Amino acid sequence: MLGQNEEGIKKRMKGRVLKNKIMMGMFFLATSVGLVFLVLLFYRVLTQGIGYLSWDYLTSGPAPYPEEAGIWIGMIGSIMLMVIVAIFSVIVGVASAIYLEEYASQNKFTEFIRVNISNLAGVPSIVFGLLGLTFFVYMFNFGYTLIAGGLTMALLILPVIVVSAQEALRSVPIDLHQASLGMGASKWQTIARVILPAALPGILTGTIIALSRAIGETAPLIIVGAATAIYTLPDSLLAKYTVMPIQIYNWTGRPQEEWQFVAGAGIIILLAVLLLMNSIAVFIRNKFQQRL
Amino acid sequence: MDKSLQSEGNKLNVQDLIERNKQKTTFGQRIEKIIPWFLLFCAIISVLTTVGILFTLLRESIGFFSNVSMIDFYTGTNWSPWSGDYGVAPLIGGTLLITLIATVVAVPLGLMSAIFLSEYANDKVRRVIKPILEVLAGIPTVVYGYFALTFVTPMFQGIIPDLGIFNALSGGFVVGIMIIPMVASLSEDAMNSVPNALREGAYGLGATKLEVVYKVVLPAAFSGIVASIVLAISRAIGETMIVTIAAGATPNLTFDPTESIQTMTAFIVQAATGDTTFGSTIYYSLYAVGMTLFVFTLGMNLLAQYISRKFREEY
Repeated sequence: MLGQNEEGIKKRMKGRVLKNKIMMGMFFLATSVGLVFLVLLFYRVLTQGIGYLSWDYLTSGPAPYPEEAGIWIGMIGSIMLMVIVAIFSVIVGVASAIYLEEYASQNKFTEFIRVNISNLAGVPSIVFGLLGLTFFVYMFNFGYTLIAGGLTMALLILPVIVVSAQEALRSVPIDLHQASLGMGASKWQTIARVILPAALPGILTGTIIALSRAIGETAPLIIVGAATAIYTLPDSLLAKYTVMPIQIYNWTGRPQEEWQFVAGAGIIILLAVLLLMNSIAVFIRNKFQQRL
Repeated sequence: MDKSLQSEGNKLNVQDLIERNKQKTTFGQRIEKIIPWFLLFCAIISVLTTVGILFTLLRESIGFFSNVSMIDFYTGTNWSPWSGDYGVAPLIGGTLLITLIATVVAVPLGLMSAIFLSEYANDKVRRVIKPILEVLAGIPTVVYGYFALTFVTPMFQGIIPDLGIFNALSGGFVVGIMIIPMVASLSEDAMNSVPNALREGAYGLGATKLEVVYKVVLPAAFSGIVASIVLAISRAIGETMIVTIAAGATPNLTFDPTESIQTMTAFIVQAATGDTTFGSTIYYSLYAVGMTLFVFTLGMNLLAQYISRKFREEY
């Protein structure tokens, strides 16, 4: 009787262990689906675009024929846009973070700012495009220019910068803070000369990651009118411009197959820039992480 | 200095010095006073952005609804703005179809990835796979659009021969791939925060790893998992470039994933790239559609916050 029972339990045990093994395989398979598609995506882009990648491609602008088209105008446009975005969003973002972390008292108003920032991060990017269209393009009368696009993008990544700067400021040990105040430094002297330098690597890392999100962003710039056919580099803040993602979008949409190769080459450049930015961010993080 | 000190003898002390210092308003002191105001002003810019978004959407939508009745907009089933039909249902339907496909792809894959990473993988494997998986979230959406159009659609055409070039299936599928890391990463965080004591208790009772996952970890991390799914859905609703490139521009009230459709976001892009004149009804319709989109995503985000606050299990 007991022996039979033992048999039964052993059998059931076996089934349960087997089930565990099978499901573990399934979980691993599911994880690898994401990885497989990542590899497929890189492979596809590389094989499609590598043939069109050349020095000429890097140094020439848009052209009516796929063999002559290049990414130069878009690439420089992207860099110029990022400079504007960086200047505006870093000043405003870091200042907001300092206010929230160092000055603000815990009241309803600061809580409101915090909630507002986290909700702003969830607004679709295209809605920021509509905001930019109304305010920067029409109300401020900038038109479809570099500055309108730059300000729109700066607002888009502002929540990311504020949150990462807050985290960087929070990670500065309170000892440094107190030591500085104890030596007779004023509050702002403490922030400017002790806290900010200590938080700088964290802030830089967060900023670069936020910028790498902005450099690949397409939708809001379409709304605020980053044109596709621009043959000269923008020469002022109020000049028309184009950026890499917009050019890629435009080339992808054309029916002839050759344009897809041109787009593929553009994607390789875009991904290379992203890889570079993220490597710099990781480098800064690793280099300065252990200091404090 | 020395002489004056001597002449005043013992009268001068530190307190006097402090007093004297307080009376002078130096440049530094003025800075101390101005800086907080400047910082506050910067912090308020993010609030102004929200106000600006609401103001923009509301004002222009009101402009739109003075030309087109709200009832026609929300109950009409035909969207062809260039001939004056403004029934938004096909756009909402398109968005929901894409979101549904993306959810069907991302939730099982993301959740299973999270279980694998949090419960089965050892530290070494996790530290390699998790960042790679998160690369998926950092790839620009225009690149995904390119991938959907030039690779995923032809791949599906191999299975479904009469699939058109533009279809909801490959757009939604790729959106799903894009949001996998969101579901996986946030769910894994939720599972990681389940205390080990609970797991060990179940192991002690003789449970297998799988039983621990189903009967202990998943129920304990439930709120975090649901919140991650809701956030991912919100991302899918607002996704623009993939669906603009791969799903077509045919407002189409259908639940057949092989057909070409148009989402709310794709319409906004289409109307903004076309020659839409400022002040025309089509121009205003951008904002009415944008408003609808905003309400959808805001609702999802608030729901996610509510779930993770309300149903959080504290251990």
